[in-house]
This record gives sequence, C-alpha cells and structure tokens, in this order.
Amino acid sequence: MSDRSDLPAEVLSWIGQKRYELVSEFDVERGYIFTTCSSVQNGNPIFWDDKAAADITGGAIAPPAMISVWFRPHHWSPGRSEPAVPLQVHFDLKKVLELPEAVISDNTVTFGEPVRPGDRLRTWQVLRNVSTPKKTKLGMGRFWDIEVEYVNQRGEWVGTESYTGFGYRREA
Amino acid sequence: MAYAILTADRVKPGDALPELAFEVKPIDVVLGALASRDWRPQHHDYKYATERNGVRDIFMNTPNLAAWFERYVTDWTGPFGRMGWIRFRMKDSVFPGETMVFRGTVKNVDTDERGCAWAELDLVLTSGGRETTVCTARVAIPAAEGDNPWKRRGEDWKPRAAA
Repeated sequence: MSDRSDLPAEVLSWIGQKRYELVSEFDVERGYIFTTCSSVQNGNPIFWDDKAAADITGGAIAPPAMISVWFRPHHWSPGRSEPAVPLQVHFDLKKVLELPEAVISDNTVTFGEPVRPGDRLRTWQVLRNVSTPKKTKLGMGRFWDIEVEYVNQRGEWVGTESYTGFGYRREA
Repeated sequence: MAYAILTADRVKPGDALPELAFEVKPIDVVLGALASRDWRPQHHDYKYATERNGVRDIFMNTPNLAAWFERYVTDWTGPFGRMGWIRFRMKDSVFPGETMVFRGTVKNVDTDERGCAWAELDLVLTSGGRETTVCTARVAIPAAEGDNPWKRRGEDWKPRAAA
C-alpha cells in the first residue's frame, strides 16, 4: 500500500469505488470482429467459419481480447460537446493530479463467458491504488491501478481488465 | 471438418512456440487502432506522435497488441485453445518500418480442480530488434481428444489470474 497522505481528497474518495457504470453504445457485432481479425491476420476458423463456430464455440463469438472494444465511445455522436474517452478514471486522474501525459504500462485481462454477436455488455471502473510521486525516463509522475469489470446482459461475468497507468509531466 | 487440436499430453514445459515475424506498415498501426475503436492521435497522426508524445512515429496501440498476442497463442493451440488470462508489460513502442517478432515458451502445464488443462506461456515481442513487450498468458487446451475448453461454463471455468 502506498502512502496516500499527499493525494487530493477527491482522488482518495475514488479508491475502491465503483464508477462510470455504463452499458455499451451498441451490440457486439461481427463487422468489428472481422476487422479486428483482419488487423492481426488472425485466421482462427471460429471467427470466420460459421460451421467451425457452431462445432467448437456453440456459435459465433468475438475474440476475447476484444473485450474493451465494445465500450470505446464513438469519436463523435449527436449532442456530445467534447470527445468522450474510454477508461475515464485514467483521464480523471491526469486532470486532478495535473499530469498532462500518461501511458499504460501493464495490462492484465482475464476472460469469462464468451462474448457473442448481439450481446449488450455492461461495465464499470474501480480505482485500486495511486503511487507516491515517481521519476522515470518519461518524467515525474505517479502510477495508478484501475480495474474494469465487464458483464453481459444476463449478468454473467465476461471479463476483467486491470491497468497500470503512469501519468507524468515531461522534463523541461 | 477436421480441426487442428493441440492436447495437453503433447505439451511440456520448455517447449518453444513457433516464431511469428511481421513487417509493420503504417496501415497496420492505423487499422489496428481503428479496429479497436482507439481514436487517439498518436496512433494515426505523425505530427502529434512526434511533437506531442516525443516519439519517432505513430505507434501500435495496446488493445491491438493484445489481439496480436491472442492470435499468436491460438495459432499455436488451434481453435480449441481458450484464453484464460493475459498479462503484458509495454517497455517500448512498435513503429512502422520495423519487423515485429513474437516468441514464446511453455512455462508450465497443469490441470485445475475442475479438470481443465492449462498451458502457461512466457511470450516476448521484439520490434526493430528491441524488446518491446513481455507477456504471460494462460490458455486452456483440451486435456485429450474430445475435450473442449469452450464448453466450460460457470464453476467449470476458473481462469482468474494468480495474484
């Protein structure tokens, strides 16, 4: 556990809290599945061949590693004045801690029930920890750990992502 | 149709996965970012990447790297392989003009209390000769012919990462 005494009260209040619970903006659909498989030249027949999917996975599924894709907001949508960002807690931390740059250094994804076309997923984010100030080759900043949980429309757990981010200010 | 099946009895610690090499072009970075709905400019805007982020080019995004690792693992297991978890650490970026090389080794093979067979893998991605990402993955594979990890549900599917 890091020393949290120098953290703003607002950040302290976020630790361990379930935040930004939301339902995905659109159903899981095969267009993105094909585009993702194409982008990495993944020829696994369970994503391309309906017979293989029926035989092996009980019907079409999305590549498990796509879990976060279904929650990334549209770049633009009606009525939105600013671009929405995924992993909002990460961006909240940048803003409140006044760290203009950030990278994700570690990412663990655990996969539950398969995600299938037509599913409508739900997610929420939990800030787990924020470090004391650290100096790295990128600059001075802080590490933080965020967990993102995903369930489907039946409430079945489909995955958890754990991110370690590093927000920093570049050296002058 | 006959499918490639890698069963646990054919896997042992120390086994090497076949190497995968891929020459990265700008379209691969941009396509990967858009496929994962990642609109951030460092994955498509050279000027932003170099002047704002201080790196030498646009670079591959994290979700697409996860898709690459997933593809690498399931190229080895065949379609019955089911990812349990994957953990990776980015040490450097993957830029266009470089050749990515994925390498992997079987770290452990075990069977959990529900009879699910698992292979734990150490994976490394180099790009342009630099080690850019290290990764550990746990993938369920059939214990024997006729087994199918994809049929496991609820209490029979226990992929949680070790602490």
